[in-house]
Amino acid sequence: MRSADDWLKLLHEVPDPEIPVLNVVEMGIVRTVESNDASVEVKITPTYMGCPAMDAIADDIRAQLSPLASQEGRSLSVELVYAPAWTTDWLSDSAKAKLEAYGIAPPGKTTDKRALNGEAPTVRCPKCKSEATELISLFGSTACKAHYRCNDCAEPFDHFKCI
Amino acid sequence: MNARYEYLLRLGDDALILGQQLGLWTGHGPVLEEDIALTNIGLDQIGQARAWLTMAGRAEEQGRDEDALAFHRTPAEFRNAQLCERPNGHFGDTIVRQFLFDAYAVQLHAALAHSKDADIAAIARKSAKESAYHLRHSSAWMVRLGDGTPESNDKVQASLNVLLPFAGDLFHADAVTDTATSEGWGVNPASLRPAWEATLAETLEAAQLQRPAPAPEQTGGRQGRHTEKLSYLLAEMQVLPRTYPDAKW
Repeated sequence: MRSADDWLKLLHEVPDPEIPVLNVVEMGIVRTVESNDASVEVKITPTYMGCPAMDAIADDIRAQLSPLASQEGRSLSVELVYAPAWTTDWLSDSAKAKLEAYGIAPPGKTTDKRALNGEAPTVRCPKCKSEATELISLFGSTACKAHYRCNDCAEPFDHFKCI
Repeated sequence: MNARYEYLLRLGDDALILGQQLGLWTGHGPVLEEDIALTNIGLDQIGQARAWLTMAGRAEEQGRDEDALAFHRTPAEFRNAQLCERPNGHFGDTIVRQFLFDAYAVQLHAALAHSKDADIAAIARKSAKESAYHLRHSSAWMVRLGDGTPESNDKVQASLNVLLPFAGDLFHADAVTDTATSEGWGVNPASLRPAWEATLAETLEAAQLQRPAPAPEQTGGRQGRHTEKLSYLLAEMQVLPRTYPDAKW
């Protein structure tokens, strides 16, 4: 019989559908995994209330776990929870490094309140590492990203919004 | 009267109607970035609407889920503020409508984060992050348009003159909000007004816009009294599920 930790490890193999360089555990979407003799319960939380990937993520988690759960005669449930609210602070340093290598400028710490006060945070270009960048749009290719441009290498890039 | 159901419907319907309208900007934004921004904000609103309407359905205890409430109610059964159903108009109209709403939503979500109901507080805390970001966007555009050219200033001032009286519903207290407040799970909307007025004054000053002279305010949306526009909007939004009630993707 697999333990809760074993199930959690299996979820490290489920990529985020929109940012496949990170898995759903690294993204902070998987909050808890609990298991007993009869069931395996996974709780997931959305990055944004309207994140359209949540259904796909729940399906991917079921596809990954349900064959193994049924082999062990256990039921599987994937439940959506809203509290505590998702924050970019849950992204580990290694996850942020993967984001940058993938071409997405990672978020800073939410204790940096400049963004909320309308001031510009320092965003480093993921390609040439210049800090001479500017915001093009507060909203980018997905709900969790903003759109920036590097003034040194002239490349546009996504920045993971800091929330 | 089921005050909890009514109160949650108001929260859900505001977000749903505004989100639906913002979705209509898909492919019509003045620039690509704004096309994406408005539809992203719409997506957040729809996400919030789903959560509030799901809770409303549970509070009603009639077995209705978010889809039943969104697609199988008539206009008079909707509880959104009339501001949310004002037409998209031109980009400036949409920005003013959004700014007036975002400035309210920021106060609403901050207050509801202290709700005695853990589920309401959870959704409010989550939504608060989104509404703060939305306000940053809409207030920046208020300044950019108001403090832009004489033409953009004229247009956005005209939008403000028309839309401001529709903010009345947002702050209108009644028996439902009295119950919500006394039981500690909701807020008195009138208490949100001073902070909203402060945001308005600060932004209008930066935007070189004048606050219109006080005028009678439009209310009634919370009681199901709506403008003509809502019927057309719902007809389009509801046609598929009403034509094929049990259709599945």
